[in-house]
Parts: sequence; structure tokens; C-alpha cells
Amino acid sequence: MTDSASRPGFDPARFFAARQDGHGRRLGIRYRAHGPDWAELALPYDPDQIGDPGRGVVASGPILTMMDMATSIAAWLKRGQFAPQATLDLRIDYLRPATPRRTVIGRGECYRVTRSIAFVRGQAHDGDPDDPLAHVAGTFMLLDMPA
Amino acid sequence: MKLPPYADLLNLSVAAEPAGEGPILAMPFDADIVGRPGFLHGGAIGGLLEMAAIVALHAALGDEDARVKPVNVTIDFMRGGRDKPTRAQGIVRRLGTRVANVDAIAWQDAREKPIAGARMNYLIARN
Repeated sequence: MTDSASRPGFDPARFFAARQDGHGRRLGIRYRAHGPDWAELALPYDPDQIGDPGRGVVASGPILTMMDMATSIAAWLKRGQFAPQATLDLRIDYLRPATPRRTVIGRGECYRVTRSIAFVRGQAHDGDPDDPLAHVAGTFMLLDMPA
Repeated sequence: MKLPPYADLLNLSVAAEPAGEGPILAMPFDADIVGRPGFLHGGAIGGLLEMAAIVALHAALGDEDARVKPVNVTIDFMRGGRDKPTRAQGIVRRLGTRVANVDAIAWQDAREKPIAGARMNYLIARN
């Protein structure tokens, strides 16, 4: 469901195919879809990522990692290029625990880019987009731009 | 102190347990926690901060039979995490009946030069 309207400057599918290491790969995070200013990733369930052994619920760190990546990719898509940027801040609201054994889907959107900042938001769910488990908001510093 | 599986994935260990404070966690550098080349992934730093906050909260709760549920987390990234060990400590600002406010900081070279900081709110379910 790749959107042909997205700018040619950055291809998240190719970006993921070329990636050889890193935390996203260790967590098994996969590319799902993208548009002109959004990207959707998937985090398959893995017992190694449990944060609450009593309930089998995945820790928040892996979800945070996926949302950081999804919103970062959304910023590259909106900017139309793969250029250096660093997460300035990220807030995540945990609306409910992830359901054990379900893949978590994360969608990040870049809703505004200025000369030096990309503003992003996103949601994560585990099957029903209308029943999100987390909501994020954050900003990225564009490192190739003068402040 | 028993850490959950995700802490093992990050290779976290308890580096110190200062009296009356949250335990200091250590995370060795590893290719599995890299984001952009040469720098730690923000998600791994966030995961470390959250673990530091949770162990600080459990230390503050002591023997009390309580479950903690994260409500939200806000992380400020201050410096890039380089290829060296990272430490983190949680600071319980307030431990109430139902809610706890916890801060956490992560540093590499010196505690006074944090690479990231976080504020977190937790619900406490006492049994």
C-alpha cells in the first residue's frame, strides 16, 4: 500500500531492506506501509521483550523504539530526503497494555516541518486502529539546518 | 533485584545500590542497541530510563505488595549516546497512594552531563 504520491527522495522499504544491524533489527521491527508524511511499522511479539513477566506484557521500550523509528521515517518522508536528524523529545501515553502474543502496529506522522524542527505524532495498536494502546508526540532537530 | 526479559535484552545490570536512592543500572554498548551509525538508539535509551525508573519505584515501595503501571513517559534527548557504557538512575519525586512521579537520568562520561532525562507517571495498584 505504498503511496505513489510520496516524494521520491526517501524510500522506507529500501531503507529497511538495506539495514544490517541496530536496535530496530534486534527487536524485529518491520516496514509495513507509508505515505507522503506517514510511515507504519510492525513489532512482532517476542517473549524477550516482556517488561511485566506476571502478565506477559511487552515492555514499553520496544514500543518506544518502534514509535521513534516510525515518526523519524515520517519526518524523512515529509522532508523528501534522508538527512541527519536527532530526537529532541518524545512523549508516550500508554492508553492500555499491549495484548500478549499480538503484533504491535505503530504509525508515525510528521504534521509540520520548520527550518530546524520536525513535529511528529503517532499511535500504536495491536489489531484495531480504533482501539490504540499508545499515543506519542515528539520533535526532531534537523541537524543539517541552521537553527 | 530481578530484572524483566527486556532488561536482559538490553544487557542491563545493577551497578550500584546507594542507600535511600534508586539503584544505578548499567547498559554496555552493543551493536544491538544502535540507532543511526555510531549512536545509541533513542528507544534503547528510553528503555533503560524506564527500567531505572521502575527499579527506583520498587526500591521506594520496599516490601509492599504493589503493581506499578506506566501512564506516560516524556524523554528529553540531550546528547548523542556514543559507543561506551551508559548508566541510569531513577529518582522518585513523589510516592502517593495511587500515583508516583518519577524522574530518571542517563549518562556516560559524568552524571553532571546527562545524555537523556525522563519524567514518568505511574499508577500504583496496591494489593
